[in-house]
Amino acid sequence: MKIVVCVKQVPDPNTPGQLDPSTHRLRRDGEVVLDPGDEFGIEAGLQLAEAHGGDVTVVSMAPERGVDAIRKALAMGAASGVLISDPLLEGSDALSTARVLAAAISREGFDIVITATESTDGYSGVVPQMLAGLLGVPAVTFAKSLKYDGTTLRVLRQTETGHDRVETSLPVVVTVTSGINEPRYPSLRGIMGAKSKPFQTLTTSDLGLTDVGGAHAGETMVAVVAAEERQAGEIIEDDGTAAKRIVDFLAEKKVI
Amino acid sequence: MHPMVTTSPQSRKSVSTLPNFTDLYAVDELLGDDERLIRDTVRAFVRKRALPVIDEHFEAGTFPHELVDGIAQLGLLGMHLDGYGCAGASALAYGVACEELEAGDSGLRSFVSVQGSLAMFPIWAYGSEEQKQRYLPEMAAGRMIGCFGLTESDAGSDPASMQTRAHLDGDDWIISGSKMWITNGSIADVAVVWARTESGIRGFLIDKGTPGFTASDVHRKLSLRASVTSELHLDSVRVSAGQMLPEAQGLRAPLSCLNEARYGISWGALGAARACFESAVEYSKTRLVFGKPLAGYQLTQLKLAEMATRLVQGRLVTWRLSQLKDAGQAHPVQVSLAKRANVRLALDIAREARTILGANGITLEYPVIRHMTNLESVLTYEGTEEVHTLILGKAITGEDAFG
Ligand SMILES: Cc1cc2nc3c(=O)[nH]c(=O)nc-3n(C[C@H](O)[C@H](O)[C@H](O)COP(=O)(O)OP(=O)(O)OC[C@H]3O[C@@H](n4cnc5c(N)ncnc54)[C@H](O)[C@@H]3O)c2cc1C
Ligand SMILES: Cc1cc2nc3c(=O)[nH]c(=O)nc-3n(C[C@H](O)[C@H](O)[C@H](O)COP(=O)(O)OP(=O)(O)OC[C@H]3O[C@@H](n4cnc5c(N)ncnc54)[C@H](O)[C@@H]3O)c2cc1C
Repeated sequence: MKIVVCVKQVPDPNTPGQLDPSTHRLRRDGEVVLDPGDEFGIEAGLQLAEAHGGDVTVVSMAPERGVDAIRKALAMGAASGVLISDPLLEGSDALSTARVLAAAISREGFDIVITATESTDGYSGVVPQMLAGLLGVPAVTFAKSLKYDGTTLRVLRQTETGHDRVETSLPVVVTVTSGINEPRYPSLRGIMGAKSKPFQTLTTSDLGLTDVGGAHAGETMVAVVAAEERQAGEIIEDDGTAAKRIVDFLAEKKVI
Repeated sequence: MHPMVTTSPQSRKSVSTLPNFTDLYAVDELLGDDERLIRDTVRAFVRKRALPVIDEHFEAGTFPHELVDGIAQLGLLGMHLDGYGCAGASALAYGVACEELEAGDSGLRSFVSVQGSLAMFPIWAYGSEEQKQRYLPEMAAGRMIGCFGLTESDAGSDPASMQTRAHLDGDDWIISGSKMWITNGSIADVAVVWARTESGIRGFLIDKGTPGFTASDVHRKLSLRASVTSELHLDSVRVSAGQMLPEAQGLRAPLSCLNEARYGISWGALGAARACFESAVEYSKTRLVFGKPLAGYQLTQLKLAEMATRLVQGRLVTWRLSQLKDAGQAHPVQVSLAKRANVRLALDIAREARTILGANGITLEYPVIRHMTNLESVLTYEGTEEVHTLILGKAITGEDAFG
């Protein structure tokens, strides 16, 4: 089975993010890390490969230092990595990103493409569906469990009220939720072996793409505004009905 | 396909940004890609798996057995050894791992030091091929735990005065005596025990359960509480000739093991110091005294400035030492210097950090007092501060001031 996992390199979520006031874009010049959400995708891919044979290729579109995210994925056990890096891609919108990833993934070939449901920095949550559209395969989103029996992929799809059971044949794009598994730590041996695994860096011209990147972005960021101050929370004093009121409140918010 | 690009340190950060206050000279940036990933991985493991349980173990005086598998899976046991299931990492990588483990707790680092440097290393360096095959892969996988018995109740700083003896009886060795203050003693599957013989001091591998061999724990410790410290009793313990380490002759052998472990300690101490420093900085910013943050007083700033400076000094020492060690050129005296200097600076930082936290500093709600009391053991084991002072004194002057 040929599994492709898309991974993004994001500003370290442990340090507060900053928006560039002139471009309205996230500043990405500080510490960057493999998106913690993508670790679940890598783990899901590795588990499928371990159970059914085949291997995992990680694909990332990022500036050159995006290589760190790929290296971590290789250290966890992925077999090979592809980094698409090109100054032309700066300022790419979601569709550009999806087109670039689709072109690289088509070159590799795939049975399953795995992504997170949304990235930790941009969290538009639209790249995977665009990717599926461009690759001409179904997108099964919000997977909280994956089971493959050799022909059919069975997915429990997280919904607001519970889950859907979805069955699909391959090839397919699947987005996995955080918590679908417990991502492994890279082992020392994995870390030391990562450098010798196949790895390639591609440019847009390698992919035969010209109309991508900031200059061709269809989306524009019109403005960035501060989020509204949060309202003070409601304090419920217990007069015997507190438990019920809390339950009603949570139900109304669709938390339970 | 081409080799993976390595990102140069310069490309990561613009020159003018000041690095994190725990590493003001950006020694971290001297790490290679592998070491950086090892640092991040061990740090994440410690934060997610060790920190949530360590206080309780410390308070209860119990060893966190539940972490052994994870530590083994990371590949940290015997990581700087080659072959036999060991990763063959650089001294630098070993140091980085020690720092991160000890930022969690000195007990964790002690476990890894003893397993890798004191129990696996002598087998790897002085053992027979059979011994290596039998013990090392199991120990690297964490399925076998080892301990190192050198110290005795009346022979600590002066191990040459040890009383434990071994003599030949036919093809077997009979070993009698006792060892004191032995980390991992009662949880060990194999003990590396050093004993006096007719041909000088030799090392023996004694399996758990060998008749006459027992271990009992030292209780009422107020330091290194999340680590097992035991007394080993050897009452005419009979082992076959194949359990003696063939290549270990004389005190030089156990001392070479200590040299490996001391190297790791010089890094580890920085982890404990860093954790205390971070805690103190954080606390000083939020604690209001006389109407303003504690961090805003010159007395506090002097303390913090001193801590930051000494951390930088410690980091530069270990960084350089790791380079020497990876080049095969680290002299034991240089290792002594680093162990002595870094444990002292860590203890000083821990004590000073404790003052900044006031009364909160004496509780397990914050990591500081745990590190502080742990470091009292670290100051004493693997050569006391005084012993390393005398080693340096002798190297500098040529005068032996030990006896
Ligand atoms: C005009 C404009 C300019 C922009 N410029 C930039 C820019 O320069 N740099 C930038 O990072 N963003 C830029 N963005 C934001 C950009 O739209 C998104 O960050 C990016 O396209 C991915 O969207 P997302 O992070 O919201 O992905 P989501 O749809 O939330 O991502 C879901 C999952 O898809 C996968 N995925 C997403 N992106 C990648 C990737 N690059 N490589 C591999 N897998 C991926 C991951 O698994 C991810 O978890 C710009 C947006 C606009 C409108
Ligand atoms: C928690 C813990 C774990 C340990 N784990 C192990 C282990 O796994 N294996 C093992 O073999 N040992 C272990 N030890 C023992 C440790 O290495 C010894 O405690 C240490 O070597 C000091 O020996 P001692 O306690 O007998 O002190 P002593 O040697 O009696 O020293 C007492 C004091 O006298 C000072 N002193 C000694 N000689 C001189 C001198 N010539 N001039 C001036 N001052 C001097 C010392 O520095 C010290 O301050 C451990 C100890 C502790 C506390």
